[in-house]
Amino acid sequence: MNAAANPNPTVGRQNALSTRGLSKSFGSLTVANDIALNLPVGARYALIGPNGAGKTTLINLMTGMLAPNSGQIFLGGDDVTALAPQQRVRRGLARTFQINTLFAGLNALEAVTLAVCERRGVTGRFWQNIAVNKDAIEEAYEILVKLKLGDCCYQPTRELPYGRQRLLEIALALATKPKVLLLDEPAAGVPQEESGDIFEVVAGLSDDLTLLFIEHDMHVVFRFATHIIVLVGGAVFTQGTPAEIAADPGVREVYLGARKHG
Amino acid sequence: MTDIPTVAPQLYLQSRSRWRPIEIVFWLATLLPFWLFPDYLSLASQIAVASLFALSLDLILGYAGVVSLGHAAFFGLGAYTAGLFSIYVWGEVFTGLIAGAAVAALVGYASSFIISRFRHLTLIMITLGLGLLLHEAANSAGWLTGGSDGLQGIEVWKVAGLFSFDLYGVTAYSYTLGVLFVVFLAARRLINSPFGLALRGIRENFVRMPAIGADSNSHIRKVYTISAALAGVAGALIAQTTQTVSLEALSFERSADVLVMLVLGGAGRLYGGLIGAAVFMIARDQFSGIAPQYWYFWIGILLVVVVMLLPNGILGGLSKIFARWSRR
Repeated sequence: MNAAANPNPTVGRQNALSTRGLSKSFGSLTVANDIALNLPVGARYALIGPNGAGKTTLINLMTGMLAPNSGQIFLGGDDVTALAPQQRVRRGLARTFQINTLFAGLNALEAVTLAVCERRGVTGRFWQNIAVNKDAIEEAYEILVKLKLGDCCYQPTRELPYGRQRLLEIALALATKPKVLLLDEPAAGVPQEESGDIFEVVAGLSDDLTLLFIEHDMHVVFRFATHIIVLVGGAVFTQGTPAEIAADPGVREVYLGARKHG
Repeated sequence: MTDIPTVAPQLYLQSRSRWRPIEIVFWLATLLPFWLFPDYLSLASQIAVASLFALSLDLILGYAGVVSLGHAAFFGLGAYTAGLFSIYVWGEVFTGLIAGAAVAALVGYASSFIISRFRHLTLIMITLGLGLLLHEAANSAGWLTGGSDGLQGIEVWKVAGLFSFDLYGVTAYSYTLGVLFVVFLAARRLINSPFGLALRGIRENFVRMPAIGADSNSHIRKVYTISAALAGVAGALIAQTTQTVSLEALSFERSADVLVMLVLGGAGRLYGGLIGAAVFMIARDQFSGIAPQYWYFWIGILLVVVVMLLPNGILGGLSKIFARWSRR
C-alpha cells in the first residue's frame, strides 16, 4: 500500500502521530469512538482512564494490530492506516506490551540482536553466521547496557526476574529505532518501589522520541507526563496538562466513580 | 563493573556456533557401520535418507514452529523427479539430486503462499490435504509414475563415474552419508544465521515478531521452500539408491513417520531428526524381525514413553541429564 504522498493538511508534519475519527466496535460494544489525537514530536504523553476505557485497544489500533472500522492514523503526516503492523514499525512506530510478549527461549542479546537485524534488513541472510553482523550485535548490546540488562543478557529470557523482563520489553522496542514509542503499562506487575526504576529509564530516553504511555499510578503520571489524555468508554473524555487534568472535576468524578463501583 | 559480561557479545554469539567435540564424535560414529555392521549398510543408507528427511522437517517444525503432516509430498516429488530424470534425461546422480530438489522447491514455494497464512490445526489440515492430493495425483497419473506398480526402469550411473551401486550398499551408504553431511553443514549454517535467529523468533513468539518489524510470512515462505528442497533431496536419494519409486514415497504414513522420528529425537535441535531417524529405523528393523505385522505396536509404545518421559525428545532428555551431571 502506498502511503499518501501529501500529508493531510489538518495533521501536519509537526505531529509525530495523529489519529482522525478512529472508531472500532465489536458487535454492539464500541471500544473506540471517533478518536482524534495529536502527538507532537518529542511529546511525553500519558494515556489514562478507568479499566475497560479502551487504552490498549487504542494502541492496538495505532499499531495496526487491530483494524479500525473507520478513521485514519497518520505517522509524521503520512496516512499509515492501510499498512501492516511490521510496516508501521519500519516507519518508526514501536510499542511494548502490558503482558510480557517476549521470546522466552532466546536470551536478551539474541532477542535484541534479532530486532536490530530486522531493522537493518539482514534477517533474510541464511548463508552467513550471525556473528558476521558485528555492528548489529554491538548496537543490541549498547541498548541492553543502557537499560541495565548488560549483565544478564546471556541468560534465557524466561529465567530473567520479572522486572528485567519489563525492561527487555522496552529494549526490544528501542531496537527498532522508533520515532514514536507506545508503552502499554511499562511497569505493570512490578512492585511499586521498582516501578520508579522503569520510569527513570523511560524518562531518560532521547528527547526527539515521541512517547505515549498508559499508566495507572497517578504519581508516576504526574511526574513524567507533560500532557495527559483521559479516555473513558472508548472516547477522549478530556486532555490537557497535568495541572489542568488535576483540577478537572469531571476527571475526578470518573475516577472516583469508577473506583466506587470497581 | 557488573555490566560487562565475561565474553564480548559478538564472540559469545560466535562461540554458540562452534563445533563441539560430541558433534565430531557423532560424525565419526556414522562411519562405524562400514566396519562393524557391513551386512547392514543398506539399512544404514535408509537411515541416512530418513535423517535428511527429518532434518528438512526440523527446519520448519523445530525452528519456525510450522507443523506439517504432509511433508512426504516433497519427499515423493524429489523421488519421482529423480527417477524420471534418470529415465528420460540421464543417470548422473548429482544432477538428479539437483533436479529433485528444484522441483520440490518449486512446489514448496508455490504452496508456501498458503502455508504462511495459517497456523496450528488449520495448518496441519492444509498440509495433510496437500499431501493426500499429491498422492492421488501420482496414483492417477499412471502413465508417468507407474501408478500403484511404482516407477520402474530407473538406472543410475556410477557415482562420480567411479563407484557403482553394489549389492552390499557400500556405495549407497557412502553416497547418502556424504549428501547428508553436506546438507547438514548447510542446515547448521542456516540455523546460526540471522535468518535462523528470525526463525527461532517466530517459534518463540509469533505475536511479537511484527512488533519488532519482522515480516514473519516472508520468513516462513523462505524456510518452507528450503525445507521442501531438502526433502526433495532425500526423496531423490531413495529413488537413486533403491532404483524404484513407489506411491509409498508420497503417502500419509511417510509424513507421519518423519514427524514421529523428529519428535522421538527432539525437534529444534538439528541432531534430533538424525538421532530420531536412527532410533526409529533400527527399532522398526528389530521389531519387524520379532513380529512382522505388529511392529507399529512397538513404535507406538516407544513414542508414548518418550513423549511422556522426555518432552523434548531423546536429545532433550540427554542434554538435561548431561547438564545436571556437569553441574555437580
